[in-house]
Amino acid sequence: MTLIEIRGESAGYSGQTVLSNLDFSIEAGERIALVGESGAGKTTLLRLIYERSGSNAALVPQEFGLVQALTVFHNVYMGQLHCRSIWRNLHNLLRPRRDDVAEVEKVVEKLRLEDKIFTGVGELSGGQQQRTAVGRALYHPGDLLVADEPVSSVDEHQAQEILETINGEKNTVVIAMHDRALAIQFADRLIGIKSGEIALDVPAAGMKPSDLDSLYQVSSS
Amino acid sequence: MKAKKSSSPLARTTGIFFGIAFVCACFSDLAITTVDPWAEFSRLLAGILTPDFFSTDSLMLSLGYTLAFALLGVALSNIIGFGLALLFFSRTVRVFCAVIRSVHELFWALIFLQLFGLSPLTGILAITIPYAGIIAKVYAEILEEADPTPLQALPDGTARISAFVFVRLPDAFAHFRSYSMYRLECGLRSSAVLGFIGLPTLGFHLESAFKEGHYSEVSALLILFYFVIATMRFWMRRPLLPLYLIIAVIILPWGAEFSASNIVRFLTEDILPHPLRDPSASMVEWFHLIIIEQAVPGIIATLQLTMVALIATGLLTMIFFPLISPLLLGPNARGIGHVFLVITRSTPEYILAFVLLQLWGPSMLPAIVALALHNGAIIGHLVGRYTEQISLRPDTPAGANRYFFEISPRVYRPMLALLFYRWEVILRETAILGMLGIATLGFYVDSAFADLRFDRAMVLIVITAVLNICVDAISRKVRSYLRLQTSLEHR
Repeated sequence: MTLIEIRGESAGYSGQTVLSNLDFSIEAGERIALVGESGAGKTTLLRLIYERSGSNAALVPQEFGLVQALTVFHNVYMGQLHCRSIWRNLHNLLRPRRDDVAEVEKVVEKLRLEDKIFTGVGELSGGQQQRTAVGRALYHPGDLLVADEPVSSVDEHQAQEILETINGEKNTVVIAMHDRALAIQFADRLIGIKSGEIALDVPAAGMKPSDLDSLYQVSSS
Repeated sequence: MKAKKSSSPLARTTGIFFGIAFVCACFSDLAITTVDPWAEFSRLLAGILTPDFFSTDSLMLSLGYTLAFALLGVALSNIIGFGLALLFFSRTVRVFCAVIRSVHELFWALIFLQLFGLSPLTGILAITIPYAGIIAKVYAEILEEADPTPLQALPDGTARISAFVFVRLPDAFAHFRSYSMYRLECGLRSSAVLGFIGLPTLGFHLESAFKEGHYSEVSALLILFYFVIATMRFWMRRPLLPLYLIIAVIILPWGAEFSASNIVRFLTEDILPHPLRDPSASMVEWFHLIIIEQAVPGIIATLQLTMVALIATGLLTMIFFPLISPLLLGPNARGIGHVFLVITRSTPEYILAFVLLQLWGPSMLPAIVALALHNGAIIGHLVGRYTEQISLRPDTPAGANRYFFEISPRVYRPMLALLFYRWEVILRETAILGMLGIATLGFYVDSAFADLRFDRAMVLIVITAVLNICVDAISRKVRSYLRLQTSLEHR
């Protein structure tokens, strides 16, 4: 089943075109890694994908988008705000319900944040905040996860673990990543961006990190 | 491992203040005593909707006087306040400023009324003196917060004056200017309210028009006042300021003479405790009367009303700020929200309370509602503007969920900082509202002046000032305990 189809479009922000001649589709069940230099337009492409996928998609923004004054529980719970009545949401805001805490706990445990569940996000380290942001996206009921550098602030071992958790929880995944080895290991399809276009769109199987070198070199032309 | 739920200091403090306000509210008289408040209200509304700009010829003149008092008062207080700010390293100067700003403009006006009668000097000084104390403090803070790195880069041996003029002043000047504009807005409100004690400003006509039920005239006066404040950005140009000040001096009615002997008698006799002048009177009795029968009930009522008004202000702020927040409302709704907040915050508490008292009859309710509306609109405006800096993630919820989960938790801390910053202002104003007949300290001060018991009035004013300084100190403690900070532009 095709989730998203983009044919000959361009994308950008504040009136500026960043990417052009975009031509690709995303099938359900695919695990896609976006690779390319920083500033190449990965975030722009992710935004386009997210905008096209509606309420079925959960997002992990690069800058996390957490509410610092609230706890980990609240921030993760926010992944399902749109599914609950306002009264239940208010109840949880003021006094977390036991059943919802139990639900959130399941997600939080997978990210090893269970001892921080009632800690304010403002008191967490960068890596813990990032895991909270991933937790919110995992708690989101949607099938598709769109994430912008979701493991940039955690160590390699944790990054593996988090990506495996994401793969286990979500059917379709689109992640922008700067770690090439990790991208090849985790994804089954690589989309490489260079000079404002999609320069590479290949299966990940059998690829080596050095195969992606051309994406990171200054073009001679 | 199970994580424990523990309430944050922020939540605990909020709870404590709510508790105090609740207890205070239980003991407050919140009744509406007029027989038919809605009938009067609908007549007021009808009047507001049909403003009459030609009812009296004195309309424009009173507006001119209001502007003149405000301009001269704020200009003078700027000069004096700047000078005092430079001396702020001295403890004596700091205490002096704290004392002069802890006495409200209207109390100063009542004092100067005894010295200079209805001369313009009374109005100008009533604004200048407390404002100089406030400006000195704010300017000193601005100078202190200026970036110190350029100072370190100066060549060795640079004279202090040159260092100040080249490094400190240029940085601080933009802040001084924007703060002066805000002070001028406050000055216009103070100037208007001075009319209530007899000076020829807007408040004077407002009071008589209201008492006579000429609501169309009330409406015209208020609309002109809002117009002047709303257009301030356009007419208040620095090159024009000298011209404005000269015009202000010319139009004010300087005719009234005041006698030097009157002034000397007031300062050397009238304000001395009565038993000192009349040996037959007992000092103990004099003291007992003031403290037990007036000061103590006055202090209790003032604090009680202040606490309820403080919490009511916080609640209204949380309702008001979404009205102008681009994250919560579209441009059209926000336009209406802006107009509402501008009108509410431009109307002095004193005038709001006066209007509500006429509608609802005497109780604490009009004062609480007036204080909460005015201050809620001021803080709501600042918080609403603050939300413009918040960037939300692309997948944020909308509507009530966004308000409660995304916006409110983010603005709560800055909101509390502003609220506690205004606590002292609310207390000052609460005391003053006594002059409208609510039994706060201002009520006893006003009656002492009316009975020509100036010694009593002075003691009560000093007590009010001390109360103010205490609340200011507590507010500072609470803010530092909660690590709340207000940024420069939010003062």
